[in-house]
Amino acid sequence: MITEFTPYSSLLGGVLIGVAATLLMAFHGRVAGMTGILQGVLPPLSADWQWRAVFLAGAIAAPFVFVNLGGTVDFAVPVATLPLIAGGFVVGIGVYFGSGCTSGHGVCGMARLSPRSIVATLVFMAAAFVTVYVTRHVMGG
Amino acid sequence: MKLLTAFIIGSVFGLGIAISGMANPAKVLNFFDIAGSWDPSLLFVMGGALVITAIGYRLVFGQRTAPLFDKGFMVPTSTQIDRYLVVGSAVFGTGWGISGFCPGGAIPALGLGYVEAMQFVGAMIAGIVVGRLINMRFLKPAAA
Repeated sequence: MITEFTPYSSLLGGVLIGVAATLLMAFHGRVAGMTGILQGVLPPLSADWQWRAVFLAGAIAAPFVFVNLGGTVDFAVPVATLPLIAGGFVVGIGVYFGSGCTSGHGVCGMARLSPRSIVATLVFMAAAFVTVYVTRHVMGG
Repeated sequence: MKLLTAFIIGSVFGLGIAISGMANPAKVLNFFDIAGSWDPSLLFVMGGALVITAIGYRLVFGQRTAPLFDKGFMVPTSTQIDRYLVVGSAVFGTGWGISGFCPGGAIPALGLGYVEAMQFVGAMIAGIVVGRLINMRFLKPAAA
């Protein structure tokens, strides 16, 4: 499945993510890592679960409002249900033990030049490239 | 006030994810498919987010000793590159390459109302919970 190259909207989206990460540090003193924020609202709840819950609510509400106001967000899942769910479980295990994901390590940690985050980002990007190569070109998915 | 700003900042984050294409598994998988239908758009997402955050953090840390709503900055301080970090990240990248979703992409995708995002997030939460149980039962004291 071909997707359209969207440099402008992708850059604009990236800038908004960066603005959000900066504001979260300036106001709340926290890194905008989705894995860490989500973990705080899973039982046992962290002591500061309230701001995490409303952050997540905002992150879900904004795309909802955007599309209902007439905005378009392309969406397609070229993966069957079973690998989608298996992938979700694998992602959950991985981000738990790896202490972060694309937003935490890849954006916030790399922006601080954290050696841990640089290593984590290189490793998970490399693993994703290899996985897609294997599933699409070796296994012929 | 603290909750209002967290909601607004979360909204900016979620809108950015949706506009950027990170909430679209087809686009994410094509970014990783250099040998096939390559779509380099996510380079622009990562680049834009990284440059703004790097400048933003520098301004914040340069001008303040504490955030507006808290006593201090809660920034991860560990510098240890251990097997948990490396193996965990490799496992995450594998799951990302299988599904096309990462946590930051999938949660805002819930707002788009697609069942696939719900299936992914449900499975991801199960993975995190199982990871915690494994950690508490068999490995180091609870971390992360």
